[in-house]
Amino acid sequence: MSALGWGALYGLAAGLVIAVAALIGVWGERKVAGRMQMRIGPQELGPFGLLQTLADTVKLLLKEDITPRAADVRVFRIAPIIVFAPIAMSFAVIPYASGFAPLDTSVGILFFMAVPAISVIGVLLAGWASHNTYATIGGLRAAAQMISYELPRTLSVLPFVLLAGSMRPLDIMDEWRWWWIPLTFIAFVVYFISSIAEVNRGPFDLPEAESELVAGYFADYSGIRWAIFMMAEYGGMVAAALFGAAFFFGGYLHLPGVWGVLLFVALATAIAVAMIWVKWTFPRMRPDQLMTTAWKVLTPMALVQLAVVGLVIPWLS
Amino acid sequence: MTFYNDRTGLAQDNGIAETGELVVNVGPSHPSTHGVCRVIVHLDGETVTKAEPVIGYLHRGIEKMAENRTYLQIVPLTDRLDYVGSMYANWAYCRAVERLAGILVPERAEYLRVIVCELQRIASHMMALGSAAADTGAATMFIYAFDERERIIEAFEELCGARLTYNYVRPGGVSFDAPDGWTETVLEFCRNHRSALDMMDRLYFGNVITRQRTKGLGVLSADDAIAWGASGPVARGSGVNWDLRKHDTYSVYPRFDFDVPVGSNGDCYDRARVRLFECYESCRIIEQAIAQMDPGQVKAPGLPRLLAPRPGDAYDHIESARGSLGVYLVSDGSVRPYRMKVRSPAFCNLALLPMLAEGHMLSDLVVILGSLDPVFGEVDR
Repeated sequence: MSALGWGALYGLAAGLVIAVAALIGVWGERKVAGRMQMRIGPQELGPFGLLQTLADTVKLLLKEDITPRAADVRVFRIAPIIVFAPIAMSFAVIPYASGFAPLDTSVGILFFMAVPAISVIGVLLAGWASHNTYATIGGLRAAAQMISYELPRTLSVLPFVLLAGSMRPLDIMDEWRWWWIPLTFIAFVVYFISSIAEVNRGPFDLPEAESELVAGYFADYSGIRWAIFMMAEYGGMVAAALFGAAFFFGGYLHLPGVWGVLLFVALATAIAVAMIWVKWTFPRMRPDQLMTTAWKVLTPMALVQLAVVGLVIPWLS
Repeated sequence: MTFYNDRTGLAQDNGIAETGELVVNVGPSHPSTHGVCRVIVHLDGETVTKAEPVIGYLHRGIEKMAENRTYLQIVPLTDRLDYVGSMYANWAYCRAVERLAGILVPERAEYLRVIVCELQRIASHMMALGSAAADTGAATMFIYAFDERERIIEAFEELCGARLTYNYVRPGGVSFDAPDGWTETVLEFCRNHRSALDMMDRLYFGNVITRQRTKGLGVLSADDAIAWGASGPVARGSGVNWDLRKHDTYSVYPRFDFDVPVGSNGDCYDRARVRLFECYESCRIIEQAIAQMDPGQVKAPGLPRLLAPRPGDAYDHIESARGSLGVYLVSDGSVRPYRMKVRSPAFCNLALLPMLAEGHMLSDLVVILGSLDPVFGEVDR
């Protein structure tokens, strides 16, 4: 099959996987948040309310697709896709099972860090094209935030490149040793925090700050276009959790075969639940504090971690 | 490239994006304006250069409506003033009527009034703390605070059948005596409430982001607080030790042993903390009141249905959850008041917003507004 054919097949599969992940993610978030707030969460539709998100999706599909009159129509319509597509692509380089990553490339780590960053353009465009003051402020905040957090996030995964001597995810998994977990602990903290910021979730959800900007850059979106933004957010969270589970905790390596894959998914779920937990406990930060955290706290932490790993490596060989 | 000027809406094709002041209209329908507040915010980047509150969206003319109702018919109107703390407006109004007509209130009624108003203070502060937390994005604190408020509302429902507009305090007493077992319910609530307050203290005030967000924000000096007529937790957060329950005491308050929590920095953190500590003090007052209360009448005997006070005027004020709430009544000798005027603490406190918000960020504006705890039923009247 041609490269285009494979690409189309992958796109379909990734879209399906993200849609299912987002469905379960939204349900999981509502359940976890419910339990934290002395509520039950969705429970009426399907077993444990599992079909609630499906019903919500149907509702969103049937809703009127509104384009504001003052909007820049073409940009307004394409923005959700620019936000979503890079997130979907980032799933390609994650090593899911022994010797299997959908896109086995020698620059996998770089790919995972760089490609989702394209979605910031979509966010900025969405905010700008809506021609709405709230949306514009949200879009500008998002641009500043996502680009700032790009740096500590990328620095936090560099220790693996140093340790394995390769940027290819499968090579890193082959080289992976259990003592990497304590060694890269600081990096994991940096990765965890900057991943939350990267996908615009609380306490870093400034671009869509409900109490200030109502919904921020997607304030004027409705129906399925709005749902695509939400799917991008959940997709980003799931991708970050999967990536973190694979490299920081060894993913599938601890158990053989299918059990390994299940363990990998369980680890990723634990990281995602921690992200939900943080969101529902913490208040939101202020834009300037957000920047201070990125540049004055997380970046130096990631650099220290990189130096520690750099010092350990010659000692090992 | 074409750029659009946000103020004029006109295209500018000079290839240079104009940077300038941005005017954002926050409200009257906005997630965190605590009702129907509209604030016109002038922004330089994210910094607020000017914030103008626009009020009046909830104006119903309650003071004017009162001129066409009998004294008893006005009580339900006062419910609609501060709809988060209806008991206060009931009581302030009834005190003015009682002063005007020279009515003596039975002791048990005074105790019941104190108990319901202290419960109301807790309920109102829970709403203030919860929504202030929600303004900063802490959704879970909001739910916990509202759960506590729900317990109080259930107790009120048991007492007088209403959950929001109680119409409970009436001229000459209260509408119903406490049903059997009600005081036990309230005492049990007080016991549980203390541990809930401790938990909220750790969850919200112990959080590092909360401290970063609220400490040193919207600082109000003690002198300014007095000069602007601020009262209640807003003034006490700035270190002004002024509580009508202590300093112009009324009803049976002199018989209780309680403290007035006072802040020192006058920032949003201190204002919120004062509210939290006041809830502990309210629990103390309620427990003492229930212990001291004797059985007896809850309505002044021999009171006519239609009150017609002698011509004259009367003013009385009480310490509501938002500050000193006063009602001024003028009688011309008929069964309806000639004039009613409400001195609303929320209105005076809201006037501080432009001063406090200037120079802070847009994100801080909603936090400052939340810390002033305005209720628009009372601001607009």
